[in-house]
This record gives sequence, C-alpha cells and structure tokens, in this order.
Amino acid sequence: MKNKTLSKLDDLEAQSVYILREAYREFKSLAMLWSIGKDSTVLLWLARKAFLGHVPFPLVHIDTSYKIPEMITYRDQLAREWNLNMIYGQNTEAIKAKHTFPEGAIDRLSCCKLLKTEALRHTLAGDWPRYRLNHQTSQYELDTNKEPYTGVIVGVRADEEGSRSKERYFSPRDRNNDWDVGDQPPELWNQFKTDFAPGTHLRIHPLLDWTELNIWEYIERENIPITSLYFDQGNGKRYRSLGCYPCTFPVESTARTVHEIVEELRTGKFANIAERAGRAQDKDDGGGLETLRRDGYM
Amino acid sequence: MIVQREQMNVVIVGHVDHGKSTLIGRLLADTNSLPQGKLEAVRKKCEHTSRPFEYAFLLDALKDEQTQGITIDTARSFFKSQKRDYIIIDAPGHIEFLKNMVTGAARAQAALLVIDAHEGIQENSKRHGYMMSFLGIKNITICVNKMDLVEYDQSIFEDIQRQYEEFLLEINLKSTHFIPISARHGENITTLSRRIPWYKGDCVLEALDNFNKDAPSHERELRFPVQDIYKFTAFGDERRIIAGRVESGTVQAGDEVVFLPSQKTSRIKTIEHFPQPCHSEAVAGESSGFTLETQIYIRPGEIMCRAKEKLPHVATHFKANVFWMGKQPLVKRKNYKLKIATQQVPVMLTDIIHVLDACELSSIQNKGQVDRHDVAECIFETLKSIAFDDIHFIAQTARFVIVDNYEIAGGGIILAPVYVQDSVLGQHIEEREFKWERSGITPDKRAMKYQHKSVLVIIDGPLSTGRPIAKALEETLFKLGKFTYLLGVPSHLLASGATTNDRVLNRVYHLQQLGELARVLTDAGLILITTIADIDKDELNMLRSLNRPSKTVVVRIGFNHFEHNDAHLILSEEEGAHSGADKIVNFLIKSLLLDPEYSI
Ligand SMILES: Nc1nc2c(ncn2[C@@H]2O[C@H](COP(=O)(O)OP(=O)(O)OP(=O)(O)O)[C@@H](O)[C@H]2O)c(=O)[nH]1
Ligand SMILES: [Mg+2]
Repeated sequence: MKNKTLSKLDDLEAQSVYILREAYREFKSLAMLWSIGKDSTVLLWLARKAFLGHVPFPLVHIDTSYKIPEMITYRDQLAREWNLNMIYGQNTEAIKAKHTFPEGAIDRLSCCKLLKTEALRHTLAGDWPRYRLNHQTSQYELDTNKEPYTGVIVGVRADEEGSRSKERYFSPRDRNNDWDVGDQPPELWNQFKTDFAPGTHLRIHPLLDWTELNIWEYIERENIPITSLYFDQGNGKRYRSLGCYPCTFPVESTARTVHEIVEELRTGKFANIAERAGRAQDKDDGGGLETLRRDGYM
Repeated sequence: MIVQREQMNVVIVGHVDHGKSTLIGRLLADTNSLPQGKLEAVRKKCEHTSRPFEYAFLLDALKDEQTQGITIDTARSFFKSQKRDYIIIDAPGHIEFLKNMVTGAARAQAALLVIDAHEGIQENSKRHGYMMSFLGIKNITICVNKMDLVEYDQSIFEDIQRQYEEFLLEINLKSTHFIPISARHGENITTLSRRIPWYKGDCVLEALDNFNKDAPSHERELRFPVQDIYKFTAFGDERRIIAGRVESGTVQAGDEVVFLPSQKTSRIKTIEHFPQPCHSEAVAGESSGFTLETQIYIRPGEIMCRAKEKLPHVATHFKANVFWMGKQPLVKRKNYKLKIATQQVPVMLTDIIHVLDACELSSIQNKGQVDRHDVAECIFETLKSIAFDDIHFIAQTARFVIVDNYEIAGGGIILAPVYVQDSVLGQHIEEREFKWERSGITPDKRAMKYQHKSVLVIIDGPLSTGRPIAKALEETLFKLGKFTYLLGVPSHLLASGATTNDRVLNRVYHLQQLGELARVLTDAGLILITTIADIDKDELNMLRSLNRPSKTVVVRIGFNHFEHNDAHLILSEEEGAHSGADKIVNFLIKSLLLDPEYSI
C-alpha cells in the first residue's frame, strides 16, 4: 500500500484526533461539551477514535429544559451504550422562576444568556450542582467532583458564523469565561497554547476546519448514530441544527437518510443556505452571537 | 462511495489596506460560495449604518474590525473550485497583528500576496514575503491589486513585479505568477479581465488551482513523535498504546523501531484502530497508535524512528532561526519552554549570531536581545537532550515554538545541531565553585570527625513506597549516630519567586533548587535523603553535577529504566520501609561511605 493517500476526511480526522490527544495530555481537569447535535456527536466519535474506543473524560450537557425531548432520550441511550461519564448542568433557578423567553419573561438573547451561558459558566466552574449518570441505576446523581474544568472541548466550526471563523484550536478564557478576540495567542505548526495562568481555562476546538458538509460526509463514512430529529419523519420537515424547541425551527426537506442529507448539502437546495438560518438568536441584533460568545457562549 | 476531493489551505497576506479581505470577499461572491442572502445582509447593514459597502465586511466579522475597517484576526472561509476544496485564510496586514498573520500562515500550504499598485511595495509586503519563506510556504502568487487606481497601467505593474522579484530572489522564494487585479471591481479574479488586455496569464482562481500540494512524505524516513502513552486499565483495556501522528514515512507491523533520545528499541506489534480491527500500516499524516513487542519505558516526547533509516540528531545545543512575537524580548540565560514536535523541555538562549531586519534584509550584529518582530539566528541550549532534524531534511521535526510565561512567544526552525562541551549549567557550577569562600574545615576533616562521608541519597520511584523508606532510613542512620537529614519540604516551596504552574519549568526549578541545597548540605557533612517521583537520566545528571564533588547515590524503586550503572540499588515496589532502609544502609556501608573504621 505504498501509494495510500489520505483523503480530505482522513486529514480532518487526523488533525482533530491530534488536538484531542494534546488536550488529554495537557489538562488534568478536562471535559467535553456534548450538545447532542451532529457536530458534538462527531466530536464524541473522534474521541473514541483518539482513545481507541474509550472516552477518558466527562461529557457535559447543558440542559435548558427546552431541549427537544428526543435529544435527552438519545443522549442517555448513547451514554449507556458507550459507557460515557455523562454529566449535565442546568440553571434551575431561572427555570423554576419561569424567567425565560418561552415564558414570555425575557427576550431570546437574555434567555440564551441565562439558560446556556450562565448555566455553562457555573457548571464548568463547579459552583452549581453537576448531575452525573450512575450506570448502575441509570439515574442522575449529584456529582461530588466540584473541581473546575480547566480544559473544555467544544465542537464549534469556523464555517458557522463570523466570530467562530476567527477562533483558535486552543482558545483561552479568563476567570469570567470571557474571550479576548482582539488578542488571541499565536498557534504555529500544531503547537497550541496549552499553558495557562491559574484561574483561567482553555476552550479546545477540534472541529474548526470542518464544514457542515464534511460533518455529514463523515457521519456517512463512519456510520455514526445520529438522532432522528435530523431526518424527515414523513412530514417533509427535518432539523438542520438542534437547539431549544422555542427557538429552533425545522427546515423543509425530505431527506430521510444521511446520504440524502449529504446530497442535499452538496448540490441540492441547502448548498448555499447557512446552517444556522433556523436559529433565531443569531438575528436578534447585529453582532449578537459575537457578544454572546465573548461572554462564554459556545 | 464518494470521490474524495483534495483540500488546500491558502493564506492571503500583504501590507495593511492593500485589499486582502476584499479579494477574498470578491472571490467568495463571484464563485457563488456565500450562503444565500449573506451579501444582501451585509449590504443592508452598511446602508443601515450609513457606511459604504465593503466586500471585506464578509470576512471582517468582528465589531471592532468593522468599525475600524481593518482585519484584526485571521479568519477561515471555505470555498470550492472545479479542482478542489479550499480553506482561505484571511490574514491581517497591520504590524500590530503580526502574530495573528503568522498563525494563519502557518496553517497554509500556499499563499497569495497582495500589493497595492497605487501605494507600491510597503514594509509588510516584504515582511510577509519573508515570513512565507520562514514558514516554508513555497507556493506563492503575487496579486498586484487596485489596478483601477492606476488606470490598469502595464508599466506600473511591471515595475512592481521587477522590484518584488528582486526581493524574492534574496529570500530564496520563487513566484511564477504576478497577476494584475482589481479586487473591488472583480478584475482578473474568476475570469480574465477585458480591462487588462495586455495580461495573458492566469486569473486568481486559476492560479489557486495551479498550486501544487506537497506530496505526502510516505517515502521518507519515519518520524513518529510520541504524543502520549495510553493504558486504559480502568475501562478493562490492557493494551499499552503508543499514540501520536506519523509526521513522515510509513510504519508497518513487525518494523524494528528505535526511540530517541532514549535509544530504546523494540518492534511494532500491532497498529491499533477504532472501530475497525488493526491495520497493517500507518502513513505520514495519520494519527495512529501502536503496541510494541516488548514493554520498554519511554516517555511522551520521544521520536519513534525506523532502526535502519537515517535518524534525527540528538543533542542539547542547536542553531536556529527564530521569529519573536513576545511582549517581553527574548533574552539570554532565562528559562523558557521549548516545544518541538511533542517534546517539551526547558531551553535557554545562549548566543545571538545576528538579528535580521525582515524588511531590509540587513543584519544587525551585537544585539543583546531579540525584540518583538525580530528574526534572529541564535544558539539554544536545552536542559535535556532532544531529538530533532534540520529544516532542510524533515521540516515537521525541525520546527519549534518557545513559550514564555504561558504564551507562545516565538517560532523557530532548526538549521543544525551544535556539539559543544560547554553548558550553561557547567558555567554556573564553575562560577559557583570559584566564588565559594571555603571553610577552614575541609570535607575530609569533617568526614573524619563524623565517621562518614557526606552523600546525597535520591530515592526515585513511586512515592508511596519511597517516602516510608526515606523516613526509616533517616531514623536508622540517626540511631547509628550518623549526621543525616531527610529533605521533606517540597523544594519548590523553598524557592521564593520561582512559581509557575508550567509543569515542565516547575520541575526544573524544583530540581535546580534541590541540587543547590544538596551541594550546601553535603558540604556541611550530611547524609542528605530525598525522594523524587520519576527522575530521568538528564535530570539525574543535572543533580549530580550540582552536588559535585559530593557523591550522589541513586536508589530506584520498581522497574529500572536507567542504564546499568545509573541506579546503585534497586528495590521492589513492595519493599517494606525498614527492610528497604536496611538495604540502603548496607549498601552505604559496603561502598565505604559509612565504614566505622573509616580513615583516609
Ligand atoms: N480602488 C480599489 N480599492 C480597493 C481595491 N481592493 C480593495 N480596495 C479598498 O481598500 C480598502 C482596504 O481593503 P481591505 O480588503 O480591507 O484591505 P486588507 O488588506 O484586508 O486590510 P487589513 O486586513 O486591515 O490589512 C477598502 O476600502 C477597499 O474597498 C481595488 O481593487 N480597488
Ligand atoms: Mg483584511
């Protein structure tokens, strides 16, 4: 096999695996965010590649309580099947007080800030409760580990929107989770910023170079199990991007299989339509997502 | 099965405001690569804020970038041509953001360099060109932009071409293509322009497609930097997997391999994969994992090579070109961290041969430090031997970065190893010993009086076994009437000021401090005992040197990974505290250090 050449997907995979392994070697307190969506599920698969079948760090899910129910079912099913160290966190206070957009209390962006950004910040810092899946009982229990995560692996892609196109593979966040976009560290030849001052942490982005199409091509090639929400269930609609149901809308599409999605993205009707077009919070104000992301949104 | 397309990363560089972002914006727009509605959205937003529309806003997504009309950080954008898929990396042209430009460019396999026809060649047109050669980007095309501002004048274009070609020659870069363009008006971008009839070459899009991707280096010597070693026993997995990425060459099951710098050898047993079963070979570019026939002790950072091929250099000194981006200058004799392939070691700058002005290409001699944005040829010394290649042999294992205060502050390429006897440590010891005001009581007199020589006993290995043994040893020696002391304070706590949570540098500070303390305390005649978790050969040599002329005895607990004569005594991990201590005392007696009849 002297002439074995690596394909584009092979290259992307090798780079992501390399980044995951760097993260695992350098960070004692490491976690991966799993939003249940296709990107972070590909990321999870890549972790199993990198660590030869295992996922040697916890997976953290931020449950806004407005996630589409299938997402939670799918999450727990895979967690059991793949023996994952599954953790979720939540802004229980805001949800209990009905201080949310779906309850009509606040606007979309403020809701994102409370249910996602805030919940994420505190779950990562360990000062809000973390719930951990007990594989014996299949129940979530209060996690005793309150240590802050100093390395957080996130499945963002550069092609999603403007501020993400400027991200580093290893991106430092200060004590308040803030991102200093104007002064990011250099990254040369696969040498990343893996050193950090006490109190700060790093976001790790192994999927930056992947496009939405690459993600689906890879899901097809590797046969990665993906939640059924992405496929048309017979009503001519499917989700292209998953989030909270009050703010994420399905698109018109009859794609029922991964292959049909790949075709749709490559040449079909979505070849030129932005993926996040179905996400309402991106539109509420001009630099909405950049502002959210500077404050720690994924 | 889908036919897999090729992907290439191309960076767009050049002086500030020469039109890089506009060129990319135009390229995306004219090839229909923008998401539907994006162009209209940007146009609308410009109207809204009463600003003239700019194609650059498609790339300059940050608020600060749009208000200042400048690119701050590199952005990735994606587009496809007939031939392949591209990631286009937009780099900032302002000198302030040079580190961002370098970050973008280091990811690229090819570059478009933009020069404003009206403004002509500027400082960063040259600096960026130089950085391309530094970063090893050989595919480069020059776009002479804003031709509309000079009425598409051929002679202006040719003047710039001539001048810039001279410059490229000096830095050993060759560009086959110079293209006159107008990014704003879309001339010569995706089709040849009717406004520039005198130009017969390729348009930008064709130039991109004509770039050749470097052939993968499968046929080269194997270089597999060990990224990590996995044993997921907690998951019931007994495989011991050597993980990393093949940087060059090919490796197959059954291959005889050697790890450098340790020089341990073994044979590849399996090439591991998930979820498929084992593969028979791994090639350059692949992230992979191996199991070995024999269980040898190696650490992350070593480079695995094929035993019969040309091997990398192993040395502590090397000559390199560095490019400095740090806020603090690069200075001599300061501990920095070097990251090269997967190795991380403390490093010091020992010599500056010359500093280069990357625009004028003039060299400055006798500069005592390397300032931000300087390029310099220097000699570095690492605390431990490292394995590396020179840049002209295998680039992947010849490129490094230097970390200062948690930040990557410099990038470099190794030109050659340097073999010298001198070391910073040696010079320090020489000076220390020379300036030492000696006590009238010589070590011999003390030994006579105390009835034993002084010695540093290092108990190396798992602390759970080592610590109780160390305690018992101190007690036993004390009862025998010997002058002994167990150093229980973590020595980094003794070193005021030298605190960092960089584990590589921390470890050096710790060991240096320990070595200095040992020298003083053994000079005072003590038998000094200390425990260390896992000391390697280089670290041991450093401690020995610092403690000289007093003797250093090494007791190794558990698997002996040292060469035969480095450990004086080997104990098992199950060794009890008292029996361990007794064995050490016996050894000390045997080697005359404790002989009661001791005389000179
Ligand atoms: N007349 C004319 N103006 C141009 C052309 N290309 C770019 N410009 C203008 O030059 C200005 C700077 O363009 P940018 O694309 O932002 O320049 P840049 O090189 O990306 O700048 P930095 O990223 O900040 O270094 C803008 O106002 C553009 O409209 C051109 O072909 N003709
Ligand atoms: Mg720009």
